[in-house]
Amino acid sequence: MAGFLERITERLNIYREPGWYKKFDHKWTMVIDLDKCNGCGACVLACYAENNIPVVGKEDCDKSRAFSWLRIERYVEGEYPDVKVKFIPVMCQHCGKAPCETGCPVYATYHNQDGLNVQVYNRCVGTFTCATYCPYDVRRFNWRTYKFEQPLDNQLNPDVTVREMGVMEKCTFCIQRIRVAKDKAKDEGREVQDGEIQPACVQSCPTGAMTFGDLQDPSSKVAKLAKSPRRYRLLEELNTDPSVIYLKRVMNDGAGTHEE
Amino acid sequence: MGQEHMKSEISYREVNEDVVRTMTKTGPAYYIALISSMLVFAGFWLLPWSYQIYQGQGVTGLQTPAFWGIYLANFVFWIGISHSGTLLSAILFITQTPWRRSIYRSAEAMTFFSVLTAAIFVFVHMGRPWNFYWTMPYPNQRQLWLNFQSPLMFDVLAISAYMTSSVIFLYIGSIPDLAAVRDRVTGWRKEVYTVLALGWRGTDTEWHWLNKAYTFFAVFIIPLAVSVHSIVSWDFALSKVPGLNKTIFAPYFVVGAIYSGTAGIVTLMIILRKALNIEKYITLNHFSQLGKLLVVMSLLWSYINVLEVFTGWYANTSFENEALTYRMFTPPYSYMFWIMILCNSFMPLLLIFKKARTSIFVALIVSLAINVGMWLERYLIIATSLPRKFLPYMWHDYSPSWIEISTTIGSFGFFTMLFLLFVKLWPSVSIYEVKEDIGIPMKKGHH
Repeated sequence: MAGFLERITERLNIYREPGWYKKFDHKWTMVIDLDKCNGCGACVLACYAENNIPVVGKEDCDKSRAFSWLRIERYVEGEYPDVKVKFIPVMCQHCGKAPCETGCPVYATYHNQDGLNVQVYNRCVGTFTCATYCPYDVRRFNWRTYKFEQPLDNQLNPDVTVREMGVMEKCTFCIQRIRVAKDKAKDEGREVQDGEIQPACVQSCPTGAMTFGDLQDPSSKVAKLAKSPRRYRLLEELNTDPSVIYLKRVMNDGAGTHEE
Repeated sequence: MGQEHMKSEISYREVNEDVVRTMTKTGPAYYIALISSMLVFAGFWLLPWSYQIYQGQGVTGLQTPAFWGIYLANFVFWIGISHSGTLLSAILFITQTPWRRSIYRSAEAMTFFSVLTAAIFVFVHMGRPWNFYWTMPYPNQRQLWLNFQSPLMFDVLAISAYMTSSVIFLYIGSIPDLAAVRDRVTGWRKEVYTVLALGWRGTDTEWHWLNKAYTFFAVFIIPLAVSVHSIVSWDFALSKVPGLNKTIFAPYFVVGAIYSGTAGIVTLMIILRKALNIEKYITLNHFSQLGKLLVVMSLLWSYINVLEVFTGWYANTSFENEALTYRMFTPPYSYMFWIMILCNSFMPLLLIFKKARTSIFVALIVSLAINVGMWLERYLIIATSLPRKFLPYMWHDYSPSWIEISTTIGSFGFFTMLFLLFVKLWPSVSIYEVKEDIGIPMKKGHH
């Protein structure tokens, strides 16, 4: 009995130490350089194609049920003609201390060994709690059964499931690609190399504004970019510890930078 | 002081016969009411819900930032209604308040039925309600365990504990009455109540143990009831959403629950005493006492509401400011907000005057207004916070669809249906405790 209790305490204590999640195998991180981003939306399109995201149609779009896991937020400042348009790509921030994970009663969303915030579709019962708790509004819900009509079903990605009605979903950092790279590395008896994994959005970005990699590996491109003085994270003051790092855009007006 | 002994001219036999009469003598009005409430339940709730289960949550007005809507407002509302019955009954039992005796039975039944209604709303708002049992903690072949960090998980446990213990509380308190009914009815009723009365004979030992058990549950239920509504508030307060993330929410919800529950009892008592002709058991004194309670709860509620707005305004963060302006000054929510303030903070102040407290008409109007206000409060909490979260790009107003509105109406039909069935199947006024209230009958010869 004593041994049993000790084992349990030991396992629980792992999760009590601050930064326990940093001891994971990887800490997948994305760096988005807003100086390079021109808001073309190629990443959004690539995400739709890669992850079998349904197109919901005009009516549901009007009701703010568009499915884009990755969106480009546009903010317009000032009155015409003195207008400034700002934009920022926002997807699931894969928070280290994710509010959504504490909300789900059935563990449909949890932290995996790669430091990713993952969603198990089959476990989801649809209580909406994760989406309500998410400060970034990145979670998407299957409001209906969305069908991929002929011949659209031929373009479905076989590596990704098609979600059923009533479950929550969100950006996975293209976990299917991470899995493939890790499997391959394991077969070849090596570590995953930097730059080996490219989520669809990163791959499609024409200006190379997005970089993906392991923050725990100090030699990775991401780790170097993350040290930039322009770095910030979205709504960092909420203490969610997001894994997406933005690099501020440098404005033409001297010292001015822009955020949000 | 004679007000407490309002029934000194009633004899024991009369009490028994009056209560059994409410169960056995049924007029056409009852059947009309029962059938129409069943129709409302089926037509406004069951059918639209089936359609929603078949089509998905897309038929509701929910959308990306506003994932919670009327369903959750109804859930909190019905849990709130449930709060006064058992809690009030338990508190009044422990403080040995005499006016409790003739109203507590139906108040406790109200608790059970409204918890039931609330629990069903949890399933109504789920995306995949057919998997509801995945939220129950039991060893299973799916090898899944539940997330005990989740406030929703606390909710499942708290509500099921509350529902179970209030049913037991209701049942234990009714055993002597079920026996009294058993002794007075014939036919199928006789058989049913023989089983339900558990062989009660009314010996001293039985009374002793009944009292022990009842006191135990009364003491047990008070902290439980307080915890249940605190936990319901945590569903919201433990998020990071501006407008929901408030430390004051737990006491706010408990106060609001007792407030709306007491108002619910007043409304129900007015209808009940009229419909069952039991005016001599539920007297104006009861309404006077409940009215005092309503005034106190109204003041408490207003105090917490002022605090909530003040601390939000004083913090002066852009998120808080947006949430407050959206709730208080943006139509249509501003109308709802100020109607809520009128109904909950100002109208109940009428009850300070004894004339108003003892007027059935005023009591009915005020108690209905309070519940309208309390429903609006729950609706505003959810419908004005979620559409205005942190990133303005995603802001999108919530408006309920016809299915959500019809389900809300249907839930009242469901509650009424259960209550009507209860009135006929269960002694809705406590026979033995009303007798305690009357005192030992005087020997005047004609009794």
